[in-house]
Amino acid sequence: MTPEEWLAAAKADASRRGLPALHPLLDMLADAARQLQEASWMREAEQPPVAPTPSPTSPARDTSR
Amino acid sequence: MSSSWNHTIHQLAAMIAARETNVERIVDSALQAITTHNPSLRAFTRVEEHAARRDARTADREIATGGHRGPLHGIPISIKDLIDISGVPTTAASRTSSSIPAKEDATVVSRLRAAGAIIIGKCNLHECAFGTTGESSSFGPTLHPLDQKRSPGGSSSGSAVSVVTGMAVASIGTDTGGSIRIPAAACGLVGLKPTFGEIPMRGVQPLAFSLDHVGPLTRCVTDARLVLHALRGPESPQEIRNTSTIAQRLGCPRPYFFEQLDDDVRTVIEQALNQLSDTGWQVRDTSIQHVHDAPAVCLPLILSEAAAIHDQRLTECPERYTEEVRLRLELGRYVRGVDYARAQRGRAVLARAVDDALADHDALVLPALAIAAPRLGTSEVYLNDEHVSLRALTLRMTQLFNATGHPAISIPCGHTPQGLPCGLQLVGARGRTDHLLDVAEACEQRLEPLLESTRDD
Repeated sequence: MTPEEWLAAAKADASRRGLPALHPLLDMLADAARQLQEASWMREAEQPPVAPTPSPTSPARDTSR
Repeated sequence: MSSSWNHTIHQLAAMIAARETNVERIVDSALQAITTHNPSLRAFTRVEEHAARRDARTADREIATGGHRGPLHGIPISIKDLIDISGVPTTAASRTSSSIPAKEDATVVSRLRAAGAIIIGKCNLHECAFGTTGESSSFGPTLHPLDQKRSPGGSSSGSAVSVVTGMAVASIGTDTGGSIRIPAAACGLVGLKPTFGEIPMRGVQPLAFSLDHVGPLTRCVTDARLVLHALRGPESPQEIRNTSTIAQRLGCPRPYFFEQLDDDVRTVIEQALNQLSDTGWQVRDTSIQHVHDAPAVCLPLILSEAAAIHDQRLTECPERYTEEVRLRLELGRYVRGVDYARAQRGRAVLARAVDDALADHDALVLPALAIAAPRLGTSEVYLNDEHVSLRALTLRMTQLFNATGHPAISIPCGHTPQGLPCGLQLVGARGRTDHLLDVAEACEQRLEPLLESTRDD
């Protein structure tokens, strides 16, 4: 479910429950959710782990001995 | 002694020790102030007159026979009505609350009693502590003593008003997004939120498990330290005051915290910062990385945790909440799990960012409240050419430190031209609340001339 689909479903549910006053508050919550999703620290966390690049001086490549 | 209006705990303790007054007179003075002010200001939900007078007589007998327990012995203290007192219902200022009396004192109440404090009554609050004005309450709104068309701030609204009017000498409040520091700032008091987890929450109705703190509202930093020490319990180390470790360096995080600020409040805060600089403190601009994400991080945390706590009552008797609080709780039911998880990650990121900003500083210094005491019935404030949500604005300076757990204190720093108090917030390192109090006490001394010059007598 995309955030937009979630917001539409949440508003429909609030209306069904007789709570249309929740609509602007749900918009505010959706704005916060978007900000969290787009936060730089969150995007960094979502990146797949990158395999470490072997160092030129790592023991595996060190042939000087 | 005719009134406890302007006396601090340490002044009264000295007067008791010198036999210049006794506990019965102090308690009588507080009860007289309650009779005078409470009917109009609605600071108390319940006054424990009989128990307070009984305990005052007991305290006087103990003190007369050499049983003085310390500085809190015989001091009238009020308790936010979110905190259990044995034999008394905890109302949370909500019509959803049970009328069944609490079976035992909250840990903080039992520790205050052990220190000899007199519990004078329970204080009004914003319903279930879920608001920053004190307006939504089953007992009616608490009013600001300086202007009854204004809110004293909340949610610990009655606690602040009880202290500023002499109905109590100190009060115990709770702080989930700023509920101690906001009313302290709006009323010209000291309000301390200790480090998260420092004071036990047993017997305190939760609002959000991971954000809730309990702490004192007092007339000075010394009193906050005395009450905090009692709240820590008899097993805690003796009061530590160590000014030798103060480097006199404050970090001022201007980005975000100075962007939405009432002009009069800004003037008072800048005067306070100048006063500190002029008296030997280094006040250096700094910033907290990712701070603009703070509201987005805090919102899912408080909404979902509050909804979890109130879920059953919200299902069984939703109509018994005030409309404002009910909608806020209902909103919490719609928070997605992914957003709560992201907010938890953001909390950790922000906590490290605050730690980084604190490096090389004794404390961070910033406003405690972006505006002076708000007018009752206000939901938006016109600021910087735009309409801003009052709730968002009142939480702006404080809620970050609930999420990160850093100790924070509001101290009075001056008055607007309308004579309304402003608060300066100091934020310390986690687990170093005593150091924060050392810093706050030193700053308080240096700001005293400024307070006198801006006070509208």
